[in-house]
Amino acid sequence: MSDRTGVIHDIGYRHYDGPRLGRWAITQALMVSSLRHAYGIGRSGKSKVMPIFLLAVMVVPAAIVVGIENGLQFDKPPVEPVDYIYLLQPVIALYLASQAPQLFSRDLRYRSIVLYLARPPRRTDYALAKLTALVAAQMILICIPLVVLYAGALLAKYNFLQMSRQFVAGLAGALLLSILLAAIGGLIAAATPRRGFAVAAIIAVLIVSFTAATTTMAIVDEKGDMSSTAARYASLVSPFNLTEALQTWFLRNDRDGSWMPTTQQGLVFTAVYVLLVAACVWGVNARYAKVARG
Amino acid sequence: MVATIARLTLATLFGHRRGLLLFILPVVLLALCVLLALTVDDTADFSTALLQQFGLAVILPLVALIAATGAIATEIDDGSIVYLLSKPIKRYTIILTKAGLAIGVIFALGAIPMTLAGIILDPSDLRTALAFGIGALVAGIAYTAIFTAISVISANAVTIGLLYSLLWESVMGQYVDGAKALSVQQWSLALIQKLSDAPHVESAVKLPIAMILLLAVTAVGLTLAITRLRSLVLSTSE
Repeated sequence: MSDRTGVIHDIGYRHYDGPRLGRWAITQALMVSSLRHAYGIGRSGKSKVMPIFLLAVMVVPAAIVVGIENGLQFDKPPVEPVDYIYLLQPVIALYLASQAPQLFSRDLRYRSIVLYLARPPRRTDYALAKLTALVAAQMILICIPLVVLYAGALLAKYNFLQMSRQFVAGLAGALLLSILLAAIGGLIAAATPRRGFAVAAIIAVLIVSFTAATTTMAIVDEKGDMSSTAARYASLVSPFNLTEALQTWFLRNDRDGSWMPTTQQGLVFTAVYVLLVAACVWGVNARYAKVARG
Repeated sequence: MVATIARLTLATLFGHRRGLLLFILPVVLLALCVLLALTVDDTADFSTALLQQFGLAVILPLVALIAATGAIATEIDDGSIVYLLSKPIKRYTIILTKAGLAIGVIFALGAIPMTLAGIILDPSDLRTALAFGIGALVAGIAYTAIFTAISVISANAVTIGLLYSLLWESVMGQYVDGAKALSVQQWSLALIQKLSDAPHVESAVKLPIAMILLLAVTAVGLTLAITRLRSLVLSTSE
């Protein structure tokens, strides 16, 4: 009984002298089980339907693109990995909206959160484990079609270096997007024990901000080439546009239909991104502090 | 009894900060319109496009979804509907009361803000603004019927409703012409087109067909909800 990091209650039936896994192991286990739950693994068949369906909706178009580009031998791939992400953003938003409440709201509603908070992991560990699981779940959702696209592009014998560069840019964009979306979705889902309401709230925030941003851009940007500063800053409003601009600036990944932020704009975008993520993570943590107080 | 159901439904809709989201949606629409009216010179040029693509396509379905599923799906989801079902109340009284309340919420937080937005963007064209308000209300009634039916049929009402309004109404409705004919948005647009005479408003559906379809969807949705509520099986929570 040297290291009392784990808690195994000795209620008199059988003693335990084996190794005790600490806080980190518990957090890790929570992370893995949350990730499995995000795809309905280890849960009822009904709860597998929605995530698997959305994953299929993400992957099937990529497979079709690969089939077409291998069959017809274009000069360059019809769709770049980064653009593929933003093409299918409604599906990503729907996944977040349907699965974030599964991870966050259920524990609140069935009061199992109390049991977690009574164990060695701190509430910050719990919040971070859930958020990490959500980020990982979204990375899987976004990256599988990207891998399919990359493999297809290599099969079609496009320039290896160029394809790899675009693939890495896609992965980086996916990571930026997953982190921001998980933070926002986690905050909303943790705020309410009602699953249906959390779903609606997440999707409302994402879709309304995106449509507001694109509409404003279309109106303010008179020349249609995103040269107007006001139009560029309008993309700060929407998580999707924010990460897209940030990703373009960060990786100097200038593509058709995208625009390169100036250094000053890039810094502002980075600052807003970091602040948003930090505020949301702090909010999730503060929410659980309130839950823990009862 | 109707008054009691209505009062309790209002409490679930607006209690505990939940109403906040319902208010935020129209506030975003109006704020965007005010911002544009203050900064851009000729807002009248794009007023119908903005009302249609942001108001009618995004804000209104979301308000309808939250109002309709909030009125009934949350109660089925947390199981408290059994207290209502165990009382000798006609099932259609329950559904119609809740649907009527949802429509009232859509009127106040969807249709009126839409009219206001139209007036803000183009103060000279009151007729178009009113047409959009009426169109929004009509679309809201159809959406309420659809979402109420989904709420009673499935436990994942909100997600399925979103799939319908996001993938079907916006994506399919944009790219597949056949899907346009089966979209609440296009039906209400046909009515708006008739009422407003604005040059940029165009619907893919003719007005008589649109009205028939709207009525049919509303009737079928509500009937389906009532019959399904008669034999509701409360699923065990996952």
